[in-house]
Amino acid sequence: MNFPEDLLYTKDHEWLRVKGNQGTVGVTDFAQSELGDIVYVDIDTMDDQVAKDGVFGTVEAVKTVSDLFMPVSGTVTELNSELESNPAAVNDDPYGDGWLVKITLSDPSECDSLLSASEYAEMVGQ
Amino acid sequence: MSETPLKYTPLNDLHILLGAKMVPFAGYSMPVQYSGIIEEHKAVRHEAGLFDVSHMGEISVTGPNALAFIQQLITNDASTLYDGKALYSAMCNAEGGIIDDLLVYRIAENDYLLVINAGNIDEDWAWMQNNNAANAVLKNRSSDFGLLALQGPAAFDILKKAAGFDASVLKYYHFACPDATSFLGLEGVIVSRTGYTGEVGVEIYCAAQDAAVVWNALMQAGQEFGLKPTGLGARDTLRLESGFCLHGNDISKSHNPIEAGLGWVTKLDKDDFNGKDVLVKFKNEGPTRKLIGFVADERGIPRHGYEIQGPDGRTIGEVTSGTQSPIMNTGIGMGYVENKPEYTTPGSAIQISARGKVFSATVQKPPFHKSN
Repeated sequence: MNFPEDLLYTKDHEWLRVKGNQGTVGVTDFAQSELGDIVYVDIDTMDDQVAKDGVFGTVEAVKTVSDLFMPVSGTVTELNSELESNPAAVNDDPYGDGWLVKITLSDPSECDSLLSASEYAEMVGQ
Repeated sequence: MSETPLKYTPLNDLHILLGAKMVPFAGYSMPVQYSGIIEEHKAVRHEAGLFDVSHMGEISVTGPNALAFIQQLITNDASTLYDGKALYSAMCNAEGGIIDDLLVYRIAENDYLLVINAGNIDEDWAWMQNNNAANAVLKNRSSDFGLLALQGPAAFDILKKAAGFDASVLKYYHFACPDATSFLGLEGVIVSRTGYTGEVGVEIYCAAQDAAVVWNALMQAGQEFGLKPTGLGARDTLRLESGFCLHGNDISKSHNPIEAGLGWVTKLDKDDFNGKDVLVKFKNEGPTRKLIGFVADERGIPRHGYEIQGPDGRTIGEVTSGTQSPIMNTGIGMGYVENKPEYTTPGSAIQISARGKVFSATVQKPPFHKSN
């Protein structure tokens, strides 16, 4: 299973890619594998300020609905509109085409509380 | 309280070798998916899928009073059965609540096999033993059987190639007991023209220790036909697309067959059976709620427990099963609503509400997907 070194991870199985105060958020390879076929990504927090660990949307697999949690506080600046017609991109390419939202971080220092790739891999037993 | 250890089907090792995702279901460790629910679902609709459903329970009913026992037990009329014929029925308690739904096979006169849901085996078995005034000979044979469901357009071709058995001669809800010379050298096999997917196919009962032989023969023969191992996840989406009830969701002891749309297997003109008096009353008075099917008109996936609302936003019922149809790519579901024509008539507009969101849906009589 793949956990890129340049990303930060949450215990809730989201990843965060940070560049300055701009971030991209998705779910991990482990999360998509556990969820199975993703059929619907529902995010309606565009332009909203979402607190760290706050729910910014849901992802639905055939059998389950899961909340999506914000890794760090920030404002949602962009949604991945491709997922509307192709939610399976989250399964096929969780760190690439399957990204969920872009955010402007409110407090980049919150990144210190996130897990590294190796810490996350250890947490999920990989 | 100690946890009851999980039970395993005779094919457990095979599932693990195939890389299945195993989950606890009805007390058994069961494969929920192999390659993915959507791919498996489509395989059954377009080619064929092979399910291990050995967790299902089997009760044999024999002796001169076998039929009398079954007639008291179930809502349908087993006196219409003949050798090689099966029927679907509900079994109710005295209040008319559905204890389980089941298949009844007439193997021979005074020799029947009842097939019940895995999660209800203990309760059904206790109920049957306590409601055996007819004094039939009952035997819980749930651990004796392996059960495979081979379903999909290529099912008959695969079975013929694998075991030399021509299932196309069997009519729906009929079965055969091939002798060992005509089915992989195995004794005691039952091939039944039944299923839970809405596709053509068979369910194959065999001795538990023979299940792997049958599985491997079918998988090998099925390769050229695109046969895939298929798990409980696809089993659920397939049955829901076809509008089949799932006990524990759409029917339960809190529901009666009249409101559940199972009037067609509830023969109120039959002699006494468990729950008859109450069911006659329900039927005459008309149920207060009714099980409907519906299709989402916009993006949104109905789920068990979501609220069903009228067009005005008033709560009129609850979703009992829901998913996104892998074939139609829309939300589909079933649920109980107030029994008023404006909510139950096909074409009626309703709304599904969950987690603070509402999406519109249209009442539709299942099956939502019709196979060729």
